[in-house]
Amino acid sequence: MSTADTDTMYQEIILDHYRHPHHKGLRDPFDVEVHHVNPTCGDEVTLRVQVLDGFVKDVSYDGQGCSISQASTSVMTDLVIGKPLEQALSTHEAFLVLMQSRGTLEPDEDVLEDGIAFAGVSKYPARVKCALLGWMAWKDATAQAVAQAKEAS
Amino acid sequence: MTAFDVEAVRKDFPVLSREVHGHPLVYLDSASSSQKPRQVLEAERIFVEEHYANVHRGVHTLSQEATDGYEAARSTVAAFLGARHDEVVFTKNATEAFNLVAYALGNPGSPVRLGPGDEIAVTEMEHHSNLVPWQMLAERTGATLRWLGLTDDGRLDLSDLDEVVNERTKLFAFTHVSNLLGTENPVDVLVARAKQVGALTFVDGVQSVPHQAVNVPSLDVDFFAFTGHKMLAPSGVGVLWGRDLNALPPFMGGGSMIEVVQMSGSTYAAAPERFEAGTPVISQAVGLAAACDYLTALGMDAIKDHEIALTAQLLDGIRALDGVRVLGPDTTELRGSAVSFVVEGVHPHDVGQSLDDLGIAVRVGHHCAAPVCRRFGVPATARASSYLYNNAADIDALLEAIVKVQAFWGVR
Repeated sequence: MSTADTDTMYQEIILDHYRHPHHKGLRDPFDVEVHHVNPTCGDEVTLRVQVLDGFVKDVSYDGQGCSISQASTSVMTDLVIGKPLEQALSTHEAFLVLMQSRGTLEPDEDVLEDGIAFAGVSKYPARVKCALLGWMAWKDATAQAVAQAKEAS
Repeated sequence: MTAFDVEAVRKDFPVLSREVHGHPLVYLDSASSSQKPRQVLEAERIFVEEHYANVHRGVHTLSQEATDGYEAARSTVAAFLGARHDEVVFTKNATEAFNLVAYALGNPGSPVRLGPGDEIAVTEMEHHSNLVPWQMLAERTGATLRWLGLTDDGRLDLSDLDEVVNERTKLFAFTHVSNLLGTENPVDVLVARAKQVGALTFVDGVQSVPHQAVNVPSLDVDFFAFTGHKMLAPSGVGVLWGRDLNALPPFMGGGSMIEVVQMSGSTYAAAPERFEAGTPVISQAVGLAAACDYLTALGMDAIKDHEIALTAQLLDGIRALDGVRVLGPDTTELRGSAVSFVVEGVHPHDVGQSLDDLGIAVRVGHHCAAPVCRRFGVPATARASSYLYNNAADIDALLEAIVKVQAFWGVR
């Protein structure tokens, strides 16, 4: 457990978020709730979003899974809550690109903040899905919320 | 007979001498797929280099040699099971064998006709491959799927066997040995009940055939399936055994499985060809026969004894650790070598990743048996599964590594 590889993957930032997740617990009010699973390993997340006036008003979630999936979801909530929707979506895109980089990308800390800790995870294809679980759930829920708002207007 | 010499066996598996992350490889994932000995690779290589052509199709010399090699492979596999040549169908894996029967039973000419009011019985410890095809068959026919539950120690709960397997039951499918819990089921008890009510039986032998002598006909079941890649053979070849395969209509249509083909309709070949539509898995079947020969030469009883010793060492070692729990039987009594465990406070994926950093390969996840995880209230497990090429040092390495994992994750 002292090899460079593990240390890269389980950076202190990830372990901190795993042990003390931010914004965890399902909250009201919300527009849409989704449930996403990672069928290869059984990680699960239930996630709620509220989008108001073009802003990500709130994201709350509950789930179980490995350190990577739980920490990544925690980091994601930090990065999107309170942000304009466009900015949150572009942050999502930046994280996606990082996770698909197989360790070749130098992440932009200004954009991804604590999310840069996951750069090492991108070298482990089997774990990329874990890191993306909460992010994909958020994108799905947000797309549904936006579609709902459009229909209502 | 000479004593089982694991160090000699290990020399036949070149991969075991490699390193992973700077540590000697400790391969404890054979329940997922086994490594292959040189003898199997060599048998396949010689067949392809010297005798290869399509089978059952030509008059030229290579075609005849390839057909002879393929059919000799079938005979070897049949002998390994104590079965007859024409009772053995080559499939691509066990999953295909389950689906073959599940679809054939719904086709015209099936020995049973399933419909609303009929029942199919399974158990809660099935691999998805012996569960989902029956769910799909029930969906297609309107039949009802029922299942036997599990006890807290990971055995089948037989108290409602008579209720779950009843006069309405047309088929009872269950595993011989659980891939997640390691439990070996009492086939005789289950078959006796199925026979009382006239239900067909299908046993999943994927986790038993590689590890212990199984005389399939003596189990008195109707169907039995296993796969090659978990028993030293290449991937891509599995086996369906059937007591009376000629009573079953075909699943897939195509070349090789026919008798007379006219535009208005066709008649079908006898088993086993009836169930091998198209060009079959040829060289892989030869590889499977070589694997059977390799296992037979060592002796299945000696292999089983060796694995029992390793399983006992692992179960005893885990019991001595704080904060580590085994799912499934805690002794080697009626038990295979797959040991699922949970390290309290550390997700199985993190356990698996940390073990990999020490060169130790285990499987993590729900092992394609998600209902078992749900039954025991865990999202996933880590599973160490040993085989004939593992030694006591492998088990020691795993036990020491688990303690390091606990330290790294701060749970001990």
